Amino acid sequence: MRAVRLVGLGWVFQMKMLLRSTFDGFLGILWPLFFATTAFLMFRVNNDGRTLLYAALGASVMGIWSSTTVAASSALQRERWYGTLELVVGAPAHFSLFLIPITLAMSTVGIYSMAATLLWGRLLFGIGVHIVHPLLFALAVPATIVSIGLLGFLLSVTVVRYRTAWALGNALEYPVWLICGFLVPLSLFPGWVRPISWVLAPTWGVRAIRQAALGGSPLKDIGVCLALAVFYGLIGTLLVDTVLRSARSSATLSLT
Amino acid sequence: MAAIEAEKLRRTYNQTTGFARRRTKTIEAVRGIDFAVSEGELFGLLGPNGAGKTTTIKMLVTLLIPTSGTARVLGFDVVKGAREVRKRIGYVFGGDRGAYDRLSGLDNLRYFSELYGVPPAVQKRRIPELLELVGLAGREKERVEGYSRGMKQRLHIARGLLHDPPVVVLDEPTIGLDPVGARELRHTIAELARSGKTVLLTTHYMYEADALCNRVAVIAHGEIVAEGTPSDLKSVVADRTVVEIEAFGLPHGALERVRSSPGVTSVSVEERDQAQLLLVQAPKGLELTQQLLSCLGDVRVGRVSAREPTLEDAYVTLVTGA
Repeated sequence: MRAVRLVGLGWVFQMKMLLRSTFDGFLGILWPLFFATTAFLMFRVNNDGRTLLYAALGASVMGIWSSTTVAASSALQRERWYGTLELVVGAPAHFSLFLIPITLAMSTVGIYSMAATLLWGRLLFGIGVHIVHPLLFALAVPATIVSIGLLGFLLSVTVVRYRTAWALGNALEYPVWLICGFLVPLSLFPGWVRPISWVLAPTWGVRAIRQAALGGSPLKDIGVCLALAVFYGLIGTLLVDTVLRSARSSATLSLT
Repeated sequence: MAAIEAEKLRRTYNQTTGFARRRTKTIEAVRGIDFAVSEGELFGLLGPNGAGKTTTIKMLVTLLIPTSGTARVLGFDVVKGAREVRKRIGYVFGGDRGAYDRLSGLDNLRYFSELYGVPPAVQKRRIPELLELVGLAGREKERVEGYSRGMKQRLHIARGLLHDPPVVVLDEPTIGLDPVGARELRHTIAELARSGKTVLLTTHYMYEADALCNRVAVIAHGEIVAEGTPSDLKSVVADRTVVEIEAFGLPHGALERVRSSPGVTSVSVEERDQAQLLLVQAPKGLELTQQLLSCLGDVRVGRVSAREPTLEDAYVTLVTGA
């Protein structure tokens, strides 16, 4: 019960911090719209409603990915910069109960990102959001968000150990857009890229969302997406204690 | 049982230099120190920058793993029993970092209460009490980014006491505070010790250690060079007198001439705006003033006085080995 309360309050405080920064808030609102506009302009030449919806859904997952995983890595570095990382590590609560609210807060921003992208497409580009399987779509979206959130959690764990690992989040932002098939089909890439795509939950998440929206069978994709989410969560939780011990041993919890 | 015990506590850091030819250098920050702090004692750890104070503290509060040796807090090993240590220790460091600037002081305290497992019913009573203790009552709903340095420091103290720890570690808590703020904080620290808490304090300010601490240890180059009550440490220089000479623009070589002057035990200089204050230690009863002034040559001299040695003089003697 205490753990649930800590995660809940942690989420509230993380959201407060995110929403109170004018700069972060401004970027958070505008950033997904830039992604969406770029995708819509690229795909508009086809003048095909289904293709545009395909692009809109891909762009919305791009927003979730960027706001969740990349922001989670930066958030941990910010903790180090504030000097609060040491204090949190020095607290008796398990460190994962501190990390999970950060990724949950970022995922919440991801939900906005998805809604804003689809609304932007509807209002400015006239893209009709007709969902073939609404129930499966309603299942695919949270599955994708949770899996991306837990991938962010796994990345955050490395940030605790390595002072410069926050750059990993930034470095992964654009390659993942490509290799997870957010904008273009995976079949366009060389065969060796595919195994990398398969271990990344967003690949299955965006496929599930598209299958649910455009008509298809998304259950297998949702299943793989959730299985990968559980895998990330387990690996992250198992790694936390080892990584923290290593950080305490190599003195990387503080800035200097 | 001692509240804090360190036995042969040692910590090294590896520093890598170079790009193509990377070289790793091992720096000995703490070189096998031993000390013990009794329950309810206010113990001071004094030393210059880079002496190993903060490294020692970070090992005690479980943020660093010792390279060798052991440390225990209330009987719990800081490595094997880290979680038990964390429940019983409060850690406060100086400076204006260590709080969430975008949250209010109250939200900061609520969040850390949760991290320290303070039950909600206890939080309701404890947080207002602590805000009152540190003088932040009425300002708790303001965002921390608008707090002055002193207010942030007082918030740190409140945060460190949220779980009512029996052991409190304060790492240079008055650094950067104005004199009034520092005095108020010293009063709070004294109150903590009076309430029965064990307090480990590191500081650069000798008058602070002299006024507050039951016992002090002086650490230099990672080793404890002296330990005892402030009076014990002062006895190191009890047979000396200190001559203070205010000079305006010391000429090159003057300091060396003073240092090599017969009878002079040690010399240090403090910069004071346009003046330099020479602190010359010499055996008690030896009249050196004229001799010292002649060493300074034509330099303009202000106030000249002789006084009894303080803890600071003893500290300078110990860390410089004079």
